[in-house]
Amino acid sequence: MEPGEIHALLGENGAGKSTLMNVLYGLYQPDEGAILVDGRPLRLKGPSDAIAAGIGMVHQHFMLVPVFTVAENVMLGAEQVKGGIAGLLDRRRARREVAEVSGRYNLRVDPDAVIEDLPVGIQQRVEIVKALTRDVDLLILDEPTAVLTPQETEELLTVMRSLKAAGKSIVFITHKLGEVKAIADRITVIRRGRTVGTAEPSASRDELAALMVGRDVRLTVDKQPAQPGKPVLEVAGLVVDDDRQVRAVDGVDLTVHAGEVLGVAGVQGNGQTELIEAIMGLRPTLAGTISLDGETTHGWSTKRVLRAGVGYVPEDRSVDGLVKEFSVAENLVLDIYDRPPFGKGLSLKPDAIARSAKERIEQFDVRTSSAEAAVGTLSGGNQQKVIVARELSRPLKLLIAAQPTRGVDVGSIEFIHSQVIRERDVGTAVMVVSSELDEVIGLADRIAVMYRGRVIGVVGPDTPREEIGLLMAGITPDTAPANPHEGNAAATPNAGGTAPAPEGPGNEDEA
Amino acid sequence: MSTTAVPEVAVTAVDEGFWTRARKAGAVLLALGVLATVLFGAFATDQQARFTLSETEGGAALEINGTVGAILFGVIAAAAGAALLAGVPKRWFTLLLGAGLVAFVLSFLCWQVSAAPEGRNFMPLVNVLRGTFILALPLTFGALAGVLCERSGVVNVAIEGQMLMGAFSGALFGSISGSVWVGLVAAAIGGAFISLLLAVFAIRYLVDQVVMGIVLNLLAVGVTGFLYERLMATDAEKYNSAPRFGNWEIPLLSDIPLLGPALFRGNIFLYLGLLLVLVIHLALFRTRWGLRTRSVGEHPTAADTVGVRVLGLRYRNVIMAGLVAGIGGASYTLALYSFTKNMIGGKGFIALAALIFGRWSPTGALLAALFFGFADQLATYLGAIGSSIPDQFLAMLPYLATILAVAGLVGKVRAPAADGKPYVKG
Repeated sequence: MEPGEIHALLGENGAGKSTLMNVLYGLYQPDEGAILVDGRPLRLKGPSDAIAAGIGMVHQHFMLVPVFTVAENVMLGAEQVKGGIAGLLDRRRARREVAEVSGRYNLRVDPDAVIEDLPVGIQQRVEIVKALTRDVDLLILDEPTAVLTPQETEELLTVMRSLKAAGKSIVFITHKLGEVKAIADRITVIRRGRTVGTAEPSASRDELAALMVGRDVRLTVDKQPAQPGKPVLEVAGLVVDDDRQVRAVDGVDLTVHAGEVLGVAGVQGNGQTELIEAIMGLRPTLAGTISLDGETTHGWSTKRVLRAGVGYVPEDRSVDGLVKEFSVAENLVLDIYDRPPFGKGLSLKPDAIARSAKERIEQFDVRTSSAEAAVGTLSGGNQQKVIVARELSRPLKLLIAAQPTRGVDVGSIEFIHSQVIRERDVGTAVMVVSSELDEVIGLADRIAVMYRGRVIGVVGPDTPREEIGLLMAGITPDTAPANPHEGNAAATPNAGGTAPAPEGPGNEDEA
Repeated sequence: MSTTAVPEVAVTAVDEGFWTRARKAGAVLLALGVLATVLFGAFATDQQARFTLSETEGGAALEINGTVGAILFGVIAAAAGAALLAGVPKRWFTLLLGAGLVAFVLSFLCWQVSAAPEGRNFMPLVNVLRGTFILALPLTFGALAGVLCERSGVVNVAIEGQMLMGAFSGALFGSISGSVWVGLVAAAIGGAFISLLLAVFAIRYLVDQVVMGIVLNLLAVGVTGFLYERLMATDAEKYNSAPRFGNWEIPLLSDIPLLGPALFRGNIFLYLGLLLVLVIHLALFRTRWGLRTRSVGEHPTAADTVGVRVLGLRYRNVIMAGLVAGIGGASYTLALYSFTKNMIGGKGFIALAALIFGRWSPTGALLAALFFGFADQLATYLGAIGSSIPDQFLAMLPYLATILAVAGLVGKVRAPAADGKPYVKG
């Protein structure tokens, strides 16, 4: 790393980027090897050593205490105190410091705001302020754009440029090619824990993608135009709270027709999870109605919803989708174990279960040593295929897939996408919820964008990314000046005066 | 593009149905009020119910005719309930509920006091207030121990055991040395011993904290019970006759009517308890230690990444909690009684309830402890005036109040987010 350099670390999910950086930040201890700073080897026993050595990190999952104010979070661990041994907090000074740093780099952070009330983009800037007040020279940004809207991403890149201008070095971890090309000075590609190459930002996307995944990949989904039929799922005026009794879904109206894919786009945490859970009967609805094939599902148990012909690929497969200790075969019948031919009365029919497992493992290309292997031993992609196999083995009216390809390798992504489209083509209504905009655009026939618990707009898949991005940020064509395209153009100078890079993050690829 | 102001969307109002929380509380209160009006009004006698401002029958007093009082306050309680049932703005909820409950208790008292035999038909408010504080004191210490522990993310179910061990070591070492101060220090160390075990098993060995707490309570009962039999029961003179702290009268303040005799003529534990509430409250919200404690209880990983030593801080806080609980235990043996087997008798668990009822804040814990203390004191008082209510029911009163308070009145409470979750790096 050189001073004032932005160095991108590119690699697929699970390639070892975050682990490497956690070692650099002192959170993990290296088994072997050394870290050199200014030519001297550095032993990091913990994050405080890293901070002392001038290394700061913005984690993928923010390290902010939600119930604290910005100033409290920033001062934590490096508190300015007065009153000697009593250690009274000098809040005024902390507030001033936050205001000063945030002013210097144009971060616009209010020191007195409480973290949990702030949008994710601002929380991220709080993290940056936190690092900057500790006088770091090297800032590690771990997947900083994963939770941002395209517009917030553009702002972040502007902030990174101004940090670079101030002589700070930045390590930028990502798997999004567009962003890398837009901002990096140098690119290191990591695959399966090894450096597989260094590239200049002038390298083409295809070269980078090939380096990253080790083979050529196709990034689009093949499909025919949809032939929507009658409405299958109708949601009207739905209101749902999250676990903390905070309103998460705030009056949502949605319709999904047979034979179409409705994509639900939105930055994570805008009520998508709660919406699905409410439809599945996993979360009480406070108001509004959900009807399935014209029948209202109010008060239905989840089992009844499933039996009515709803397939569900949950967001977090390891928590909600599978019983990790159970075998692949057992996981494949979790939904219908009590129905013939798999069960009768009090007993299970192991033969029938094993037979059907074998068929489905083949049909869905699940790579496992045997049907008896515990599902937890499979790779993420194959675990996901087990879930998809289970859900698609029943006759469905509606398929709900939440983040169907999160943390899944490229090969499995293609397979899962093709399965989803096949299900659509046999006339099932499909709802795909994803925070990856490319996935939504690739799969969906219509896209509903959620923002703060509401569907802020429903658009076609040919809508420009920028327009969807604006919607994800809560800006509808009505509130933005003139049409959304102009709105975006007007916003860019506002965000720092830098012209957008030719290959801006507005159209990054998912590899 | 967060530069463009996003219009704050109004949150859709949800029709929660007719039976909102306020309405349910209102219905209960209305029923209680009607019950009070009819029943208490019928049972109350035409005697005056006197609430004297002193410790005796004489002196200034608030007086009301028993029947009139019981009916009047009953009607007030019913009215408050009816108002809640009819639907009032949210901000009035606490006020109306509080007023209604107080009126219900007053109606009850009017009946009880007026129906008491001649010569005992008065209520000395000084005594009741002082008794409330005395009974609330161990709860306050216990709840403070809970605050220290749980704010840093360790569930402390072992308060009972810490207090018991404190009471025991206070009595033992106080007796042997003949010094109250040695006893006090020993009590604190005794409590800290139990909490050290909690810390080691919960923080180092990641044992389930609730299970560990229960086990430690049993351990404390067993160890102190055994040693009591072996030492104290055989030679009480030598091992179980600790000197006691006397009452210290604070000049000037103790002359304030009502409050003075109740609050400023107490023993060291009363002053220490109130001081600790104040100190811990300030420390928790105004100092570096407090900020770090709360961060560790809410999001230990975040604290770790900025260089806060999570485990060290938890150890320290858990042990401090033991010191405080131990002193709470000593408030029995070094001021009131000699040690007996299992003498804390569940007060540690009520302290846990006070902690939750007080929403994990030191001042809240004090108020909750006073509430339970009052219920306890009321039971004692009613026993003394020969109430027609059977003893057994009176003895239930504090526990009944605990259940009602924790289940019904607390509402939505947010515990520290990492409370009870062991922290493992990485």
